[in-house]
Amino acid sequence: MSTPGNSALRKTVYWGTHYLMIAAFVVFALFPLYWLLKVSVTPNDILYTEGVRMWPSRTTWDNYTFVMTQSNFPHYFMNSVIVSGSTAFFTCIIAAVTGYAFSRFRFRGKIIIVALMLITQMFPLVMLIAPIFRILAPLGLTDSLTGLIIVYTAFNVPFATFLMQSFFDGIPKDLEEAAMIDGNTRFEAFRRIILPLTLPGIAATLGFVFTAAWSELLFALMLVSSESASTFPVGLLSFVSKFGVDFGQMMAAGVLALIPACAFFLLIQRYLVQGLTAGAVKG
Amino acid sequence: MASIEITNARKSYGAVDVLHGINLDIQDGEFIVLVGPSGCGKSTLLRMIAGLEDITSGDISIGGTVINDLQPKDRDIAMVFQSYALYPHMSVAENMSYALTLRKTAKEKVASAIENVAGVLGLNALLERRPKALSGGQRQRVAMGRAIVRQPQAFLFDEPLSNLDARLREQMRTEIRKLHRRLGATSVYVTHDQIEAMTMADRIVAMYNGIVQQVGTPLEIYDRPANIFVASFIGSPAMNFLEGIYQAEGDKAAITLEDGTVIPVLPSPQAENGQHITLGARPEHIDIVQDGSRPAVSSNVELIEPMGLSTLVHVTLAGKPVKIFTLARPDLAIGSQVQIAFNMDKTHIFDRQSEQRLLPLNEPRHTQQT
Repeated sequence: MSTPGNSALRKTVYWGTHYLMIAAFVVFALFPLYWLLKVSVTPNDILYTEGVRMWPSRTTWDNYTFVMTQSNFPHYFMNSVIVSGSTAFFTCIIAAVTGYAFSRFRFRGKIIIVALMLITQMFPLVMLIAPIFRILAPLGLTDSLTGLIIVYTAFNVPFATFLMQSFFDGIPKDLEEAAMIDGNTRFEAFRRIILPLTLPGIAATLGFVFTAAWSELLFALMLVSSESASTFPVGLLSFVSKFGVDFGQMMAAGVLALIPACAFFLLIQRYLVQGLTAGAVKG
Repeated sequence: MASIEITNARKSYGAVDVLHGINLDIQDGEFIVLVGPSGCGKSTLLRMIAGLEDITSGDISIGGTVINDLQPKDRDIAMVFQSYALYPHMSVAENMSYALTLRKTAKEKVASAIENVAGVLGLNALLERRPKALSGGQRQRVAMGRAIVRQPQAFLFDEPLSNLDARLREQMRTEIRKLHRRLGATSVYVTHDQIEAMTMADRIVAMYNGIVQQVGTPLEIYDRPANIFVASFIGSPAMNFLEGIYQAEGDKAAITLEDGTVIPVLPSPQAENGQHITLGARPEHIDIVQDGSRPAVSSNVELIEPMGLSTLVHVTLAGKPVKIFTLARPDLAIGSQVQIAFNMDKTHIFDRQSEQRLLPLNEPRHTQQT
């Protein structure tokens, strides 16, 4: 038989274990980021001499100053912002309209288009680099940000479309039908009624595409050769030289590169949370 | 306000025919209820009037203008959806004024129209709220308000009450009827609830399998159903059906049930001796005869359901269940024998093959339509 005291104890143990496991997961997930930060503020002269310590005996901002003032990093950074921002923007527009069409219309060839879009997701990217280079080179789109934006958009549209479609599927058809009866055309109903309701979905898609483009290395490395069009993941590689790796500066650049992604998610998190809880209050 | 004419309207999805040539004239100011089980095509027909579904062939006209190819927004109709379809990101007032704003109505006019309608529907205190902060009944009212504010040519209702609880539904039923009295607007109302159909309609359109089975006033449909489907669908508790053989001699006729029980009916010139017949009798048209005053047949009492006002007695006759509705409170024991008599004037006979009702002598055919 369980006494009240017994069950209270059991509850404590249950919740204790619960939070302990969450804490363990959070530590596991965030530890590399912590290490990034730690190395970035460790002075070069004690980086190898102190052994493995959780926090260096001295800290410095020198790596940051160097990265910001002496390296090409700010330039790479701007390139990345332009490429990722544009990719997210264009992908979302295309995915919103295609996702809506997939969600609402029945048309000939729909299955084929969906299948084709799925197939594009099945190939390893490495396979596609050569043909894409061959296509982009005569068009003058290699070694340019525009080329990167086009390639990233093309690669992200299928998944983003499926994502947006699922959000549209969650919005009752009655709403735009009501709007159409109230005096909207279908497109107006989409723009004035459906789109505002899909903001959480759009935010999620934007976030997903932005981070995917932000951290993309393979295409950025292969399609871009000049410094002027390099994005920051390529830039990070410049800290690796023939004779060694400048870990401090590389980590500092890494920490800086986290900022826009974090800022972006802070910006859209209101909509993301709304999206996650919308189902709970609708009804 | 306007009349609606539907001429030979068909709807197919690929090879599947959903509506097989519907003909219907709805008078200006009439309240028409389309009733039938799920999948009978009633909602499809309504959506075709609204312009939300294409018309495969045939014509629909509102106020004399064929509207087949008009966009929903150009048809000047308002619709109340089952889900209410309120815009979640707009307040009640914005929901109600949306259509007027789109038509660039002057602000003062919009405000007075909303105030007016909100007053009628008791929504004054809720105008600034979002739909999610409203109860089901309030949302229903807002949906009604949104339709009324526009003063359209016709109102379309797509099962607007089916998400409400029983009490609220009853209340809204009367309210919608009162509103209709007041506005005199042509209304087409879709429901699968035959009580809603009976209580609200000027005329009922009973539909089944994409075909209009019968059009008539509620009492015409109740008293003179065109076929077994209409007879069984309209009325609660439902009509009793018994199978038997028709026999007539002179001006007398009777149905012989499977076990040899004979039930007298009105003779029909459409029936022949020996024809297989389904006999239909509403529960209130069968009486329990305890004093031997009338010729009666014997049945077994299976169950007694007292409902306060009335009692529903379940018996078996010729091995088939039969329900009897009585306002008396009969003193019966379950398992006992009871004498029952069919009210001959109110008992229907249907051809078992075609399921059509066979009319007794002298009954006009005006309500028949298939």
